[in-house]
Parts: sequence; structure tokens; C-alpha cells
Amino acid sequence: MMQGIYRVEYNRQLAPDVWEMRLSGDTSAVTAPGQFINIRLDGLFLRRPISICDWDERGLTIIYKVVGRGTEALAGMEPGQDLDILCGLGNGFDVSKCGDKALVIGGGAGTPPMYGLAKALLKAGKTPAAILGFNTKSEIFYEEQFRALGIETTVTTVDGSYGTKGFVTDALPESYDYFCACGPLPMLKAVYNAAATSGLMSFEERMGCGFGACMGCSCKTKYGNKRICKDGPVLEKEEIIW
Amino acid sequence: MVDTSVTLSGITLDNPVIPASGTFGYGQEFAELYDINCLGTFSFKGTTKDPRFGNPTPRIAETPGGMLNAVGLQNPGVEHVIAQELPRMREIFHKPVMANVSGFSIEDYAHTCARLDREEQVGWLEVNISCPNVHGGGMAFGSSPEAAAEVTRAVKAVTGKPVYMKLSPNVTDIAAVAKACEDAGADGVSLINTLLAMRINLKTRKPLLANGTGGLSGPAVFPVAVRMVYQVYEAVKIPIIGMGGVSSAEDVIEMMLAGATAVEVGAANLVNPFACRDIIEDLPRVMEQYGINRLSDIIGGAHNG
Repeated sequence: MMQGIYRVEYNRQLAPDVWEMRLSGDTSAVTAPGQFINIRLDGLFLRRPISICDWDERGLTIIYKVVGRGTEALAGMEPGQDLDILCGLGNGFDVSKCGDKALVIGGGAGTPPMYGLAKALLKAGKTPAAILGFNTKSEIFYEEQFRALGIETTVTTVDGSYGTKGFVTDALPESYDYFCACGPLPMLKAVYNAAATSGLMSFEERMGCGFGACMGCSCKTKYGNKRICKDGPVLEKEEIIW
Repeated sequence: MVDTSVTLSGITLDNPVIPASGTFGYGQEFAELYDINCLGTFSFKGTTKDPRFGNPTPRIAETPGGMLNAVGLQNPGVEHVIAQELPRMREIFHKPVMANVSGFSIEDYAHTCARLDREEQVGWLEVNISCPNVHGGGMAFGSSPEAAAEVTRAVKAVTGKPVYMKLSPNVTDIAAVAKACEDAGADGVSLINTLLAMRINLKTRKPLLANGTGGLSGPAVFPVAVRMVYQVYEAVKIPIIGMGGVSSAEDVIEMMLAGATAVEVGAANLVNPFACRDIIEDLPRVMEQYGINRLSDIIGGAHNG
């Protein structure tokens, strides 16, 4: 983890309430997909944790859904503005654990980190496939970006307005050897129950510090108490207690 | 060259800055970021007789100028702390450390303090009788002078280390509780713990915290803490560790003018992990700005004349 100043390159709306922001700055602390950053915003006391969607040596991309005052403030940021950020937080997806044909499953605002994961899996010589779940057609984002990676991409919508009708679990293929998932808790639970293989799942929790000091985001697992911010947000399927 | 040192019960600190219990873990997360030996000392995560998971989540909420927490004293228990955490702590911190202790009965407090009394690296015991986030203990002991005195006597009976009683602001007369601790043999008092508080989610119409209530900390509580330190200074002769919303070198000096010998920094660590280091580095400049050569000279300075 490191603290740094990051400059907004662009900040654009992808779907209703969903925004993509590109930040330039030091990404040397990012070691795995699924890690997050913690952003300080004027007028708010606690930092706001947002997952990293993609990164390179020059900067990183985040995609966030506007759900409260913090994300509202983020959506109001203009290119050229600077942000105080803690970068490279949390225990991300371990690509070496994923099989050759891993499924990457993203639901709604949980989709962004799966993009960086898909890229990392490709880079490791694996052949991932993506399942992206949304409520309805207008909420879909990043489908083209996943397809542009050249991976098999299935989109599901709950109302059937686009792609496969239903939930991500309605689109599980016959053959895969591992899964990684990020999305709302009901989705993660459904994936946990439906998946035929081992996997990794990324969880969300209200955080205080974001780096393991305050015990604000603790959860119980079969391997003992864990902090979502430091020991997670990515946990193994086998350790999860619902 | 200014002198930032202060003395707490015979142990001299290089400076008065102490990360507050519950905001600094056992130091490991911060030692990854900077050399924590710059600290005066630090108060490690509140320790109880048995391991505790704490309260359900969400445990954290934003407030104007601060935050609520209802962690509920999550900790691995005193035996684990002695066997695992203290040896690891020795690798990263080479000064006496402050052991923060909580309990649910007089016997709990005495047991945990007696266990930590044997640990050489523990310089002081900070006895938390003010946690607002647990039931059947914690704050209950800090809510009356009699109960606070009873815990003080029980702890003093089992340890030779200096005992600092950590007081609750959720009382009518904090000076009376501090005086009762002093009369019962406390070597010092530390104050304030968090203020009992609540936020409600407008969408769900339910409290934001799973525990309902939580403790308010951060800059919002700083003036309350300064007032209470000021009042306690008038009531007792033992040293006071002041805390509550401290986030700058100026705040440290203000707290010391109110009567604090040393100052703990809590919520600020969670927002800026370098907060304590930054305050320590900034202290000499701010001392010079206000014509202070020796920091210990200003303790209680606001009471003169």
C-alpha cells in the first residue's frame, strides 16, 4: 500500500449512476487484480473504497456506482483535479490459483475488478470466459471491453431485455475449472451454491481505514476471523461462512 | 532545538504522541508504512481475557467531522496477545508499549492485567472502563465513581506497572470519576473514550450500525475532549493522557494546555495512516511558532492566572 496524489484524466458516465474514472499516478503498489483504492474527498471524514478495474504503469481506472455522498462527490470530479488516495489495498485475486478455463463472474457494480482479472488471466496464458449480470439492458457497461479482450462473454439481464434472461447462475457453462466472482451478496451466494468448482469471491463491507487497523469490516470464516479490507476482499470459496 | 519529551509515571517519552487503542492494531499495518519508533509509545488494541469477534457489521459510519464505530472490542484474547502479538511487536517497536485492557467483570480486568503485568515490554496499563459498544461491562464500570474505583483497586492489587484508567465522556461529572480513580490508586487517567451516538439510514429507516449505537470520534469531539481534560486537570494531581479528535500538532498543544501530559491520536490514523508521524514531525515547528522551548512546561498552561 502507498499514499499518493492522483490526477483525474477523465470521468465519464457509462450507464445510469455508473461512472468510469481514469487516474494518473503511481501504481507500483498494485500487485493483483481485485485490489482497491481508498479515496479522500473534501467534506467527508472517512475515505471511500473503490475497486480497481484496470491499471498500467501510468495510472488506473475505477468504475463506481453513485450510491451516496462519497460517490456523488466522485462523479463531480473534473479532469485535472487531484485526489489523495491510498493505493494497492487488500488481498486480490490470486491468478495462480485459477485454472486454465476460469469463469470470471461480475454482477452490476461488482463487474469492474473482473475486467482487470480477465486481463491478468490472459497475460498468464489462461483462457477465461466472462459472465456479466445486470438487472436490465440500460444498466449494462463494459460488455464491449470484455469482448475486445477476445474472451467468450455472456451477458445476463434479470428482465430479459438483453442477452440471456435471468441471473449469472443461469448462464454457467458446461465446462470450466475454476470461478472468480464479484457482485451483490445474493449473487455471490447463488454462485457459491451453483458452482461445480473451487473459486474466489470478492466481498464488500463498510470500512473504516481500509488497511487493517480498525477491525471495522471483520467477518468470520472457516479459517478464522478476517478483515475484508486487508485479508480480503477476495476470499476462498472453501472458507466462506454465510 | 526544542524539547518534545514528556514523562508518564517515571517513563520518559520522546514526544507526547500516542496512537490510541483500536486505531493502530498491534502496530504491524503502520510499520509497513513508516518506522513507528518515532512514536512516544502506542496503545495497542483493547485486550480481553477471552477472544472476541465483536459486533455484527456494519460497524462503521460516517458523521459530520468524524465517524461512528461499534467494533465491540474484537481481539484474540490476552493469551494470544502475549504468545503471538507481543513477540511480533518487539520486532517493530523498541520502546515500552501501552497495554489497553477491557473486561466484563472486576475479575476479568484483574486477570488480564495480572497476565500483562509479567510482560517486560509493557510500560503502562490503560484500563478501558468506557467502551460504549459492549453490553454488561465496558462503559458500565466508567459510569459511576464507585465502580471506577473498584476496578482501579482490583487492577492495582495485581500489577506494579503504572495504571491509567480510560474514562468515558458519557457521564455527568467526569471529574468525579477521575478523582475516584485517583483516590483508589490510579497512576493516571486517559480521556476521552468515544461519545455514545447514532446515525439512521433514511432509506431503510434503521440505524446505520448493526449495533444500533456506536461511539463518535474524530475532530467533531475535540472541543468536548479539551473541556473534559481541563475539568479533570482541576480535580486530580495524577497525569492525564488527553485524546478525542486530535489531528494536528496544534491540537496536541491545545490538549496539553488543557492539562494533558501526553496525547493520544485515534480516528486520524484511520484516514491518514501517517497522521502520528506527521504530527511528530510538525511539533517542533509549531512549538517554535508559539514560543515553546520545552513541551512539558505547557502542561495545564491554560489554568495559570
